Amino acid sequence: MPVITLTIDEALVSARVGQTVLEACRDEGISIPTLCHLDGISARGGCRLCLVEVAGSNRLLPACTTLAAEGMQVSTRSDRIDRYRRMILELSFAERNHQCAVCVSNQNCELQALAAELGMEQVRYDYLDPDLSMDLSHERFGIDHNRCVLCLRCVRVCDEVEGAHTWDVKARGIESQVITDLNQPWGESLSCTSCGKCVDACPTGALFTRGATVAEMHKDAGFLRRILDGREKRQWRR
Amino acid sequence: MQESSPNKSRPRLATVWLGGCSGCHMSFLDLDEAIIDLLQEVDLVYGPLVDTKEYPEQVDICLVEGAVTNLDNLKLIRQIRRSTRLVLSFGDCALTGNVTSMRNRIPVEDLLTAVYHEASSPIGAEAVEAVPALLPRVLPVHQVVRVDAVLPGCPPDVDRIAATLSALLDGQTVKLEPRMRTFG
Amino acid sequence: MNHASLEIAAEDELRRQQDLRLRIFLCYSTPCVAAGADRVRKVLDELITEHTLAAELEIVATGCMGPCSRGPLLRLRHANGSESLYEQVEPEQARALLLEALDEPSSEGGTAQALALDMPFFARQTRIVLSNNSEIDPENLDHALARGSYGALSKVLQDMTPADVCAEITRSGLRGRGGGGYPAGVKWELVRKSPAERKYVVANGDEGDPGAYMDRTIMESDPHRLLESMAIAGYAVGAEQGYLYVRGEYPLAAARLVKAIKAAERRGLLGSRVLGSNFNFRVDLRVGAGAFVCGEETALMVSIMGRRGQPVPRPPYPAQSGLWGMPTLINNVETFANVAPIIAKGADWFASFGTEKSKGTKVFALCGEVVNSGLIEVPMGISLRDIVFDVGGGLPEEGRFKAAQTGGPSGGCIPADHLDTPVDYESLQQLGSIMGSGGLIVMNDRSCMPDVAKFFVEFCRDESCGKCVPCRVGTLEMYQIMERITKGSANMHDLELLEDLCDLVQETSLCGLGMTAPNPVHNTLQYFRDEYLAHIRDKHCPAGVCQLDHVPVLDMPEHASHLIIDREEL
Repeated sequence: MPVITLTIDEALVSARVGQTVLEACRDEGISIPTLCHLDGISARGGCRLCLVEVAGSNRLLPACTTLAAEGMQVSTRSDRIDRYRRMILELSFAERNHQCAVCVSNQNCELQALAAELGMEQVRYDYLDPDLSMDLSHERFGIDHNRCVLCLRCVRVCDEVEGAHTWDVKARGIESQVITDLNQPWGESLSCTSCGKCVDACPTGALFTRGATVAEMHKDAGFLRRILDGREKRQWRR
Repeated sequence: MQESSPNKSRPRLATVWLGGCSGCHMSFLDLDEAIIDLLQEVDLVYGPLVDTKEYPEQVDICLVEGAVTNLDNLKLIRQIRRSTRLVLSFGDCALTGNVTSMRNRIPVEDLLTAVYHEASSPIGAEAVEAVPALLPRVLPVHQVVRVDAVLPGCPPDVDRIAATLSALLDGQTVKLEPRMRTFG
Repeated sequence: MNHASLEIAAEDELRRQQDLRLRIFLCYSTPCVAAGADRVRKVLDELITEHTLAAELEIVATGCMGPCSRGPLLRLRHANGSESLYEQVEPEQARALLLEALDEPSSEGGTAQALALDMPFFARQTRIVLSNNSEIDPENLDHALARGSYGALSKVLQDMTPADVCAEITRSGLRGRGGGGYPAGVKWELVRKSPAERKYVVANGDEGDPGAYMDRTIMESDPHRLLESMAIAGYAVGAEQGYLYVRGEYPLAAARLVKAIKAAERRGLLGSRVLGSNFNFRVDLRVGAGAFVCGEETALMVSIMGRRGQPVPRPPYPAQSGLWGMPTLINNVETFANVAPIIAKGADWFASFGTEKSKGTKVFALCGEVVNSGLIEVPMGISLRDIVFDVGGGLPEEGRFKAAQTGGPSGGCIPADHLDTPVDYESLQQLGSIMGSGGLIVMNDRSCMPDVAKFFVEFCRDESCGKCVPCRVGTLEMYQIMERITKGSANMHDLELLEDLCDLVQETSLCGLGMTAPNPVHNTLQYFRDEYLAHIRDKHCPAGVCQLDHVPVLDMPEHASHLIIDREEL
């Protein structure tokens, strides 16, 4: 397999041709924060947390969609990047109603963990306090739009792995909201196979198993790699 | 608990309870015997655990539990800021609004009507009069006054409180490790 | 139709026109129709039928003539070549004009106001892109042929290799007119050299900047120019399929393009074996559904492919991987409109207009506080002063020039101190604005700059697609702060937050919409910071536009005072 050499945070590393900067970093044990990214589904580049500096580019580039290239010089950390990452988290927290204390995914939430990890302590912007609903019409699962960060992992995992394409998005901008089928109640969806992949893929408490109460939702985003390895490489593990 | 005798060398500590559930103060009490050690080091000059009516002058450290939800909170927090060297947002309500702010999507008038007139056992107009005027929106403390340090958690557990207080008393910047600074 | 019959058709049509006693050109573009051009046309049609004059004269319902605020516009051209132009023509005035031209003067109807054809509005313009606009009926292919349309296509098919065509475009110095200013020839060459089984050509007609209507006018007034240029591009890069992406708000443009495509296909100018050659080129129309972001090239292509119109990160660039993963040439409508003339008259001719780095002309939609508002085409490098005070005729009611806004929601305001700046890509960028697609709004001192900036921030907030966090939430938070500033409840801390947010949204957004959304704020803060400070510190709007009555009763010096609404008991 062709190999390329690049510099990440001043260390010379090698990567396979076709790998993204994010994959190359993670292979080297360099952690880059991500929220919309999920190993096993297509990259989206929407959360902007994985932005890195690449020498020669006057813009910050998302590590999840940028291919590693020979001779590339990447910086994954800087004061500027750290500050922007915290600000992006501030905006994410301000956008909807993320009261961690009363969330099913409390202490099992990627957004919550990112805030702690990146040192996002206070939101300086107006909390927008949108008036959003929950859909509890499905017999096994529920969605609370108050906790949704619009990463669209549910949309992608449902489309690309389950092949159902139950989830999609309505409206645009700040009005964007994930929907099931053509904006029908989830419980009435004809396409949903009730596989639950969306629930495990969801980084926050937006998608949950019904009956779960505060801090009871344990997400398992790693399930995706396991089933894909099983499907594609015939490697089964638990 | 009595206010300790004034001692110039000992930092003056206050705790206040704004719009919150007092859970942060409960967690504070969970310091158990460490509280006794703490009181050797500080003068506790104001708070729900102290019988003082007015917020005193020249407070060194104030732990603020709860969000700014009404006019009384607003007046108090401004006075706290004027009279206090280090203001600490103590717990998620102070930091983010948290549960207290879940009323923000409901207009104040509708909220009062729902709680005091349409509830299963209506309380009546006189009760509404007794409630301090609610602000149109609940605000985290740092969106009202400058805050010097934060302590997240709902409530922050004892380890976090201990680590934060010891840093503050040592005159150091509060820098909790990531696992100790999660919300929730 | 082959190369020879194309020439014959053009000559036949020219001869027919020259034999007419009188040609009546009536501007039939959207602004003039809105002003009553259709009523004028009806009266003239009746008169012609009445006097059985159809063999001697014709009415040409043309595309845009330019001075849009003066419509309906009517131009008469006699067989001897003499011409006269009239503005704000009423139906009865048109009737009188026609009778007079036919030597049957009538006292009824009154006289229409004539416009001097050598007035600076016309004299200072150089029309390359708009050269056919006021000469042809956009729905009449023969009119276009008589003006030389498809001649350039015929030329490249007969005499030039694809590499020659790309080289010619490169040599001309043509740059992208959609706003980016990327050298068109370089892009063409990239697509030409990308190996692939299929390639595509896309014309971006999703013009969405407030106040801008250059592309609409080109599509409505001279659709064959666009089709011919796309076919030339297809030949140059090796594509057999073109897509025209027109925003849904332009139904007339879409309808005319459909007609033009059909007419060109019928005559063998598009489709299989174009002009009898081995080159095939089909053009299909795609109509947008009202999202500004679809003017962003990656979102536009996603929309053509039938998916939700949201941008995708670049690289890869469309030239490498565009529609269905294939190399795709995407240019703005106005960029394409320059191609046929460049091929027909040569790169050197084109490069003789403009400045060293910005060649040719630029079409602007000149509007706002200016006497002659309308669509203009001026050589690159002309000063802003000449545009506003010569072409535009200055400000009405002796208003004082304050700023000119260029580049729409991605642009900025250029203050009076910089009126002598040459209008080209680099100079405008140096001033913190951009050329953009060509909106040019003139403002007098009754415009409040924070209020203007707020308008554009609101626009971007509403048009954000919602894919990336900084643009989706950041533009909204920016708007909230702008709202506080213009309502009088902001403090200095808000200004700090705003500037911080502008940096974030600019540097971390996924696509051009987000990256440029803070420009109007950045730029007005650069030149008109004192106005912001007047709003924040003195609760005073110098221009007298803003209602600064949102002052909280409680005087809170720090943070958040804006959130306390007035209440009696406070």
